Amino acid sequence: MSYTLPENFELVLTKHVNEKDCHTLDYYIKNDNGYKALEKALKMQPNEVTDEVKKSNLRGRGGAGFPTGMKWSFMPVKPVDAKGNPKPKYLVCNADEGEPGTFKDRLIMTKTPHKMIEGMIIAGHAIDSNKGFIYIRGEFYQETRIMQAAIDEARAKGFLGKNILGSGFDFDLVIYRGAGAYICGEETALLNSLEGKRGEPRLKPPFPAQVGAYGMPSCVNNVETFAAVPYIISEGAAKYAAMGNERSGGTRLYGVSGHVNKPGVYELPMTMTLRQVIEVAGGCKDGKKIKAVIPGGASAPMLRESELDVLMDYDSLMKAGTMSGSGGVIVMDESVNIVEAAYVLLKFYEHESCGQCSQCREGSHWLARMFKRILDGGGTQDDLDYISKICGNMAGQTICAFADAVTGPALSSVKKFREDFEAMIKNSAQVGAHV
Amino acid sequence: MALPERIKNTINGIRSQFPTTQALLIPMLHEVQEEFHWVSEDSMKEIAEFLEMPLSKVKEVATFYTMFQREPIGKVNLQFCTNISCWLNGAEKLVTCAEKRLGIKSGETTPDGKFTINQVECLAACGTAPALQVNQDYYENLTVPQLNDLLDQASRDLDAGKVVGKSTHKPGVWP
Repeated sequence: MSYTLPENFELVLTKHVNEKDCHTLDYYIKNDNGYKALEKALKMQPNEVTDEVKKSNLRGRGGAGFPTGMKWSFMPVKPVDAKGNPKPKYLVCNADEGEPGTFKDRLIMTKTPHKMIEGMIIAGHAIDSNKGFIYIRGEFYQETRIMQAAIDEARAKGFLGKNILGSGFDFDLVIYRGAGAYICGEETALLNSLEGKRGEPRLKPPFPAQVGAYGMPSCVNNVETFAAVPYIISEGAAKYAAMGNERSGGTRLYGVSGHVNKPGVYELPMTMTLRQVIEVAGGCKDGKKIKAVIPGGASAPMLRESELDVLMDYDSLMKAGTMSGSGGVIVMDESVNIVEAAYVLLKFYEHESCGQCSQCREGSHWLARMFKRILDGGGTQDDLDYISKICGNMAGQTICAFADAVTGPALSSVKKFREDFEAMIKNSAQVGAHV
Repeated sequence: MALPERIKNTINGIRSQFPTTQALLIPMLHEVQEEFHWVSEDSMKEIAEFLEMPLSKVKEVATFYTMFQREPIGKVNLQFCTNISCWLNGAEKLVTCAEKRLGIKSGETTPDGKFTINQVECLAACGTAPALQVNQDYYENLTVPQLNDLLDQASRDLDAGKVVGKSTHKPGVWP
């Protein structure tokens, strides 16, 4: 079952992350071709940069997998307000990493922050924006400090600020700290939070490219997405695209956690299977058997051991009834009671629902309570049918995809591990705990 | 409990970076939380006055985000991640150990005002689970003996008047 990496595979993001001082500008320039892609991009026309990213087949690494170049091309060229005055355009980096099982953006921010900054400046040039915001989750004090130091270094060397490298292009970055709300990883909730408001998702349309941050056209991308851009520009879109399949190019960071021998972030091609990714992370811990795997962060429906031969690209996982999401692979061994694991996740969603839509506000609480009751020995067979009924009234019925995410673990756990639920329900009937 | 000038100066210092005044609200709430270990009703009133915003807007934001505490918490805020990957790797043992040692339950503060225990959602440290955030600092791959040492050390540091859990903080440098 061993896997050989394809010959054309290269570490785009993590080649240097174990080196000393790899987060510094000095290191980045000396050893990682630092800011050479920016030099090249600034000699290109903005639409040429966007076209190159389109050709690379780079898709958003935050969770939705939307083609990045296409997203950039949605930005209006010369937007004006009602009086005909030009409107500013904003670039926004989503660094609100918080999807359970996901810890890759943190690696980029602490180990190679300049790659992300360079990617943002190039993106700023492509969409003709002069200002970018980096929205970092509030708990990331250290990460924020490293990012801020990197921004200051870049500005001191003239990579940020006025007339970057003599090109006439101005661009600067500002960090904004979140304050502990999972929902702010949803891009329109993030925009509200960036405006100092409650992080409640917005109705779309209008999309952020029309009405984004502070009412202005905005483009939001994930940390990993931006960090891939310098490579695409300096090495060429074709080389990046060739590392993936025909619909999604490049490499991907997979965070493997839970019951594995070597948990961590692995940069791998998307042409591998889930089973192979888990093997790269040392396989299941303590010689036990795998029971369930969540392939793309908490919101992705669980898979059984027999389903692990699925390919790890966006489309294959979707076909398998789950999603590649944020690349967080969570492995659970045979000792895990799936009812309990699902309850851990549902408790999280219950806490994090923003409360704006009633389906999600009520549904997430209801599901969590129901799973708790089953765990506590008060479950009935009817509960299992009710779970799918509640989920059916949540998915696709709300402003954002949070409600869909809640149904991921709820539905898949019942569907695929029904025996765990039935065992608990049977036990509760025997001890007479059912009221 | 008037807001210190330092906070007002910090906020004035970043004013030009943002197109609206409301954008300063979350940074200001962060400053107040750091200074007083909670955001009181009085602080909210002062923020509203300083940013020239209705108090209701300050409140609706302050109550939305979990990092803004609306009751005073201990000097050492122990934030245990108990989400999936940490749970799979024994986070519950850590929480039980802290609760037993400190004689309080999650969500409570010790009577001497030193420690608060909280169970928090994913800290994005799943590859190094179980994770604990002590004030600003992360502790990863944490074991029960390490947690015991950590609590001993924190207690000694508090008694000696030292700041706990802010190892990467530099005074005068944002944030």
